[in-house]
Amino acid sequence: MARPLFVIILHIILALSLITSSCSKAPKGYSLLQLKGSDTEVSLALSLAEAYMDKDSLVSIAVTGGGSGTGIAAIINGKTDIANSSRPMKEKEISLAESQGVKVFTTLFAVDALAIIVNDQNPLDGLGTSQLGEIFRGEKDNWKAFGGEDLEINLYGRQNNSGTYIFFRDNFLKADYSPEAKQMNGNAQIVAGVREDPSAIGYVGLGYVVKKNGSIVDGLKILNIAQDSLFISPLEKDNITSGAYPITRPLYQFTNGKPSGKILEFIQFELSREGQELVSREGYYPLSPEHVMINKQNGLYE
Amino acid sequence: MRKAKQWIGINLMLVFTLIVAAFLGIVVYDLLYKGSSVISFEFVFDFPRNGNTEGGIWPATVGTALVTLITALFSIPLGVGAAVYLNEYAKENWMTQLIRASIRNLAGVPSIIYGLFGVAIFVNGLGFGASVLAAGMTLGLLTLPYIITTSEEALKTVPDSYREGALALGATKWQAIRTNVLPNAVPGILTGAILGLSRAAGETAPILFTGALYYLRYLPQSVFDPFMVLPYHLYILSTQHHAMEEVRPLAYGTALVLISLILLLNISAFILRYRFRKAQMR
Amino acid sequence: MNRNRTDRLFSYLFLGAGMLSVLILLGIFLMLLINGIRTFAEINPLEFLFGSTWNPSAYEKASYGIGSMLVSTLMVTLGAMIIAVPLGIGSAAYLSEIAPARVREILKPILEMLAGIPSVVIGFLGIVLLGPAIASTFGLNNGLNALNGSILLAVMALPTIVSVAEDAIRAVPNSFKEASYALGANRWITLTRVTLPASFSGIIAAMVLGMGRAIGETMTVLMVTGNNLSMPNSYFDSIRTLTATIAIELGEVAYGTTHYFSLFAVGAVLFTISLLVNIVAEWVASKFRY
Repeated sequence: MARPLFVIILHIILALSLITSSCSKAPKGYSLLQLKGSDTEVSLALSLAEAYMDKDSLVSIAVTGGGSGTGIAAIINGKTDIANSSRPMKEKEISLAESQGVKVFTTLFAVDALAIIVNDQNPLDGLGTSQLGEIFRGEKDNWKAFGGEDLEINLYGRQNNSGTYIFFRDNFLKADYSPEAKQMNGNAQIVAGVREDPSAIGYVGLGYVVKKNGSIVDGLKILNIAQDSLFISPLEKDNITSGAYPITRPLYQFTNGKPSGKILEFIQFELSREGQELVSREGYYPLSPEHVMINKQNGLYE
Repeated sequence: MRKAKQWIGINLMLVFTLIVAAFLGIVVYDLLYKGSSVISFEFVFDFPRNGNTEGGIWPATVGTALVTLITALFSIPLGVGAAVYLNEYAKENWMTQLIRASIRNLAGVPSIIYGLFGVAIFVNGLGFGASVLAAGMTLGLLTLPYIITTSEEALKTVPDSYREGALALGATKWQAIRTNVLPNAVPGILTGAILGLSRAAGETAPILFTGALYYLRYLPQSVFDPFMVLPYHLYILSTQHHAMEEVRPLAYGTALVLISLILLLNISAFILRYRFRKAQMR
Repeated sequence: MNRNRTDRLFSYLFLGAGMLSVLILLGIFLMLLINGIRTFAEINPLEFLFGSTWNPSAYEKASYGIGSMLVSTLMVTLGAMIIAVPLGIGSAAYLSEIAPARVREILKPILEMLAGIPSVVIGFLGIVLLGPAIASTFGLNNGLNALNGSILLAVMALPTIVSVAEDAIRAVPNSFKEASYALGANRWITLTRVTLPASFSGIIAAMVLGMGRAIGETMTVLMVTGNNLSMPNSYFDSIRTLTATIAIELGEVAYGTTHYFSLFAVGAVLFTISLLVNIVAEWVASKFRY
């Protein structure tokens, strides 16, 4: 009486494995590249990878997020081919990599702007970079101090393994975050949190709040930011490529040694005109001439 | 007065029981209600496309099946072996007590600790890398206590006369176990194994660091490849994806497929157990 | 002769399979100990256990204090128990003493299926269903907090509590109940004055085991509690548990750093708690044997 069920299960397994083998169509001798790291970059990296794989069926690129720290840890430990990171590697990490026999090679492949977002009920339109520091260090904790309502400020940020967390802290806080700052799992959760919370402020990659058609995610307001006294909007592309908008950074990819073979071909695709156009379409910005120069000096273009 | 108290008390207990049962109802209803419109042939059998915002979840389904298969191959033989030892060989001494205490404690170890252990032993120590094999074996360890316990219960239901009969005919202990004990315990063992594997198939925490991927173009070609799995895919879609709101329907669909697989395994185990019990009563 | 050799071979194989559990438990313990202990080359153990700031990648000085995570873990667990214990014991008593056999045959598999729902699915529903519900009920900005975690952990601990408590209640000898009925007590009085007190230690064991389940749960709390590291003040605060910390940070750290080892130390703390919970449960359960 138990036998028929057992046989059925066996059949299911058999059928599954048959479908599996007929469906995968993986060509013989294809190479598997692993791409791991920054959550900011994961959607961009995935789009680039998909576009590249459509051209070259002999490559399968496996993509994982987890944060810049995840990617850097993986490249140090030899667990990935390419590490995505939204921050440069630290001295300590580079020497740690060397002690493991990994020679870190850096590629710049896109530019990201951080948007400072508040709920759309917030009357504020802009903030200065020094005010951002005060807010996120926890020194001023009420919107009244900035001409808003009498509301306690709720800080939304990333977790401490995020490159965004460290980039924003090292460049605009120059000290630790307020212990009250929420540490959200990803950019998307910051967006979701700020949308629901009239007292919120948060920082996210611009690509997460500007949709592909150029409109802004509902319920949010993107603040204009002033380095000195001039408020600059990140929504105008020129403000970012010219460097006028203060919160921008290049996005990095790390490899073990100068890339070669399929890894090099993939990176060259990213840096090609087609790749850079894709970068723009995904809500990021193409490399500036200075960045291109750095890549050139590293011998990434032929 | 006493009657009124009894009436209130008993009905309160009934309400509590219904609340508990309702939790399952809410889960199933919400997933069916919001997830079923996403389910299509394409969703189940296609690869994800366009940054996991379109297409299907096929590689995650296959990955779940592969990882669970490794889990089964690893944990069932070892679990049944341990159960046979405890029920057929072990004497009541300190060593048996130690084994039993270990099994009970292993069952209580948090799943994330198994994840740490899997990274330390399988991914790094044995050099499997982040792979189907490492993930399957990590989940195998997690399932082992459950399989041992349920298998031992199944062995206990085999009457002693079966063993004695074989031994009286001159069989060795192993022969008696192989011909008379194990075959009669198979339905019970299988029930426990299916339930154990269905739990393993839904686990996420232990395999966060043993090779679960965000995106994969081809299915894993060997047990040393990294993989996609349904629970991790659901985690990504619901908390890590860049367009979380847009992919909500896909997350619902993924959750529905996952829970359907698991409830299907559960129900087949219950049917198996029910028939087994009825056959025994006869 | 050959037969006997095969017989002996198999007896050793089975012994080996049996001993494996001991080895795995020992292996887990040693792995946590060997890696975790290296944290304390740099960090004072007292500061680790009682410090309330956890910031391994701080701007100035890294700090490794798990105080707020310990409090958070205990807080969601306590919340879960407050919800799950009355529900669980009520259901267990109903199922074992009152429900007709047919009802029981339907409800028991339902409970087992509830135990089978993956934690990631529960967490997902916590985000899309319970979170918004909590936010609108209490007028909060978002529902990712300790309360959300407590409710979901209660759901996850319930199957354990019900099934262990039911076994305990069922184990009360019929003679106890018959004596009570003979003295004129009705079902309710027999249950509350005789059966439940007689199975008291078993019920405590059920609670402790359910608590163990709640303490060790990872995905659900990771997804629904908001993961805020500061010391919680109320159930409406976002919190971050010990398990969530390992899940969030293990993928990030470079191997061989203090941060890496400290996560194993967090694991060791969790492991110790789960062992203690089990030992307590067993000790309590051993007090009731008829």
